[in-house]
Amino acid sequence: MRFVDEYRDADKARALSARIASLCEPGRTYKFMEVCGGHTHTIYKHGLEDYLPETITLVHGPGCPVCVIPMGRVDDAIHIAEQPDVIMTSFGDMMRVPGGRGSFFDSTAQGADIRMVYSPLDALKIARREPDRRVVFMAIGFETTTPSTAMTVLRAAAEDVRNFSVFCNHVTIIPAIKAILDSPDLRLDGFIGPGHVSTIIGCRPYEFIARDYGRPLVVAGFEPLDILQSVYMLLLQLAEGRSEVENQYARVVPWAGNGKALRAITEVMELRPYFEWRGLGFISHSALRMREKYAAYDAERLFDIPGNRVADPKACQCGEVLKGVLKPWECKVFGTACTPETPIGTCMVSSEGACAAYYNFGRFSRQRVREATR
Amino acid sequence: MCLGIPGEIVEIPPGQTDLARVDVSGVRRVVNIGLLDGQPLRPGDWVLIHVGFALSKIDEAEARAALEFLEGIGQAYEDELAALRDSSIER
Amino acid sequence: MTETRATREEQVLERIDRARQRKARVREEHITMAHGAGGKATQTLIEAVFLDAFRNPLLEPLEDGAVFAAGGTRLAFTTDSYVVSPLFFPGGDIGDLAVNGTVNDLAVCGARPLYLSAGFVLEEGFPVEDLRRISASMARAAAAAEVSIVTGDTKVVQRGKADGCYVTTAGVGLLERDAPLGVAHARPGDAVLVSGPIGEHGVTIMLARGELDIEADVTSDTAPLNGLVTALLAAVGGKVRCLRDATRGGVATILNEIARASGVAVVVEEDAVPVRPAVRGACELLGIDPLYVACEGRMVVVVAGDGDGDGAGDGDGDGDGDGDAEGGVADAALAALRSHPLGEGAAIVGRVQDDPPGLVLLKTAFGGTRIVDVLVGDPLPRIC
Repeated sequence: MRFVDEYRDADKARALSARIASLCEPGRTYKFMEVCGGHTHTIYKHGLEDYLPETITLVHGPGCPVCVIPMGRVDDAIHIAEQPDVIMTSFGDMMRVPGGRGSFFDSTAQGADIRMVYSPLDALKIARREPDRRVVFMAIGFETTTPSTAMTVLRAAAEDVRNFSVFCNHVTIIPAIKAILDSPDLRLDGFIGPGHVSTIIGCRPYEFIARDYGRPLVVAGFEPLDILQSVYMLLLQLAEGRSEVENQYARVVPWAGNGKALRAITEVMELRPYFEWRGLGFISHSALRMREKYAAYDAERLFDIPGNRVADPKACQCGEVLKGVLKPWECKVFGTACTPETPIGTCMVSSEGACAAYYNFGRFSRQRVREATR
Repeated sequence: MCLGIPGEIVEIPPGQTDLARVDVSGVRRVVNIGLLDGQPLRPGDWVLIHVGFALSKIDEAEARAALEFLEGIGQAYEDELAALRDSSIER
Repeated sequence: MTETRATREEQVLERIDRARQRKARVREEHITMAHGAGGKATQTLIEAVFLDAFRNPLLEPLEDGAVFAAGGTRLAFTTDSYVVSPLFFPGGDIGDLAVNGTVNDLAVCGARPLYLSAGFVLEEGFPVEDLRRISASMARAAAAAEVSIVTGDTKVVQRGKADGCYVTTAGVGLLERDAPLGVAHARPGDAVLVSGPIGEHGVTIMLARGELDIEADVTSDTAPLNGLVTALLAAVGGKVRCLRDATRGGVATILNEIARASGVAVVVEEDAVPVRPAVRGACELLGIDPLYVACEGRMVVVVAGDGDGDGAGDGDGDGDGDGDAEGGVADAALAALRSHPLGEGAAIVGRVQDDPPGLVLLKTAFGGTRIVDVLVGDPLPRIC
């Protein structure tokens, strides 16, 4: 597969690994946060930590849009799904996220019509095909996905589709990173920056991190070599006393981002004054809602949602995992009460959640695995 | 969710300015290219696909540069290994 | 500091292993789609509800078929239900699956399949022409597998139930060989093979549903494997430890069953697992792992090791995953599979080790390692 396989070459990985090791100062430890859920997934899926010296720790951040959805919002979505003649459509990752009353999956067992779609355009297609039903799209995601929802709403408006609406839970990445930077619990040396979010917002929004907080940030691709190269670039910056934003993923990410996408977002949506993030609490100007102009496509206006705040279960430590303060296995309920089969928190449910990634891929201690595969 | 995959444009159906058929390893899907309307797209171009939309056109020059960097690292690694080997022979 | 962290991590991991050994319990009050996926929930349901109620020594092994002696003759007996949607898809239909699936379950017990029964639950309004098509497929499949459908049943339910047509087949076969086969029989040093490219059926069904708007040249791999099994047993007979056909839950599910039942580790080389490019592309697009995608005409084979530690990888350096040139059971098994049309794409994919017990590990093409865990949830519902 072109533009994929070349970045999975093991020989180049070993070379990069050697370079990385040579750039590490003796006696110093490094902590880099990878913000994006896709990066967490790649790191575990390809066993990337085997290529890094013990002195480098990769900390998983809150870049998993499924993971940060509060339980109350899931309940709201289920409430909508349970209305007569509603077809709720959603990405696969949302299906097992537990709200206060269960997940989408549990709801389908009780009779709700909830369908998995690959694209919001597929949800719009269902709306066209079934004019007697009200089709709602559960919109989640960071800026990578927001333009797709916006474009779909614009298309629905252009075609005057009357039975389609969006339950908007889109969030923005910069406030989340800022919350991490301002958190007293964490001492990070740099960031592996989100790759696909950056195709939309570009690289400039991260400049404050390098300039005001003195942390280098490298926008990284999603193949194993991309991540290794990004670690290398971060170490090089630290070794040379620089603190800049660099773009490792330049083959895909334009420095200025995607203007058309940003315009589509601002046409259809506006920032909420504040929004609750699971584990991080309320963050101002961190999420989007539909503009008044597109009220006809806003599920929040069309349906009467309970809007209850549901507290996370006491045992759940997702918040600390999302902030990178705890490693998954350091959570008290990891692997015992909270497993992929019986998830308590979102970090275990989403395929990109740090806990799910670790449980499914990395669980067995690195050393034992290395011995077993010698 | 961050799932973005590179795909090759194989066809731009006439009359549908917003759509293109892309190929991912022999699998084909029609995606919306409306987010890239500032750029001319032709069959043979590669784009990044995410939830049915093309988000970005892949810059082949940058891709080549990235690979050259990696190859350079690889070559430097080989050279160092060779130097290491040779130096131990001299003893 | 690192030392203490490593020990603490070990402790947590051990705690998890203990939790996983606990007795199966169904927590849900209602059946969910996950119970039909072939993964963890299915297994738990079977153990906690059915095994609990029916408990007897013939059922306990929970192999694909039950094996017993009656009147001095050793027989194998199995059953399967088919609820695939859509009913007709590239490469076959529900009829093909119904015959081949049961034939395969008998074949992997080491039995020669003889007779099948076929039960139909039909929805009011279902076209008779479609029923004729399905029956014709079943007749063709039975002839190809050299079995006869000798008894059956038909029921009709009201419009809205049964989604067109559900088929249940049961089969009986004759055990002609003595050496026991089973998932509990794998031993450290054994080699693991698959009989061909994986994931084709699951991807075909997913695309045939038409909701994903993806076009690809993929067809179901549904096929009767009894001929392939005969060829394999003729070549390496007593050295075969285990045979399983990979259906829902894919190859990963079978490997996990083997690892758990035998108390061993199964180590797989990602590079060695055959996957067609179109299957790989579809899986990449949708974010699914081909190891978990259903097949309907592929076997996982475990054969005894040679004692010199060979198995997966490219021991003779010729780049085709054949292992060491000087031969061995694994190579003989591979050659036997490849000599049969249904085994053309067979490959040695891994080996069995003693540690860590109960786990399946994957050596990624990239050189790192990760765990291939039991499937949770249901990536592709109603696959077979």
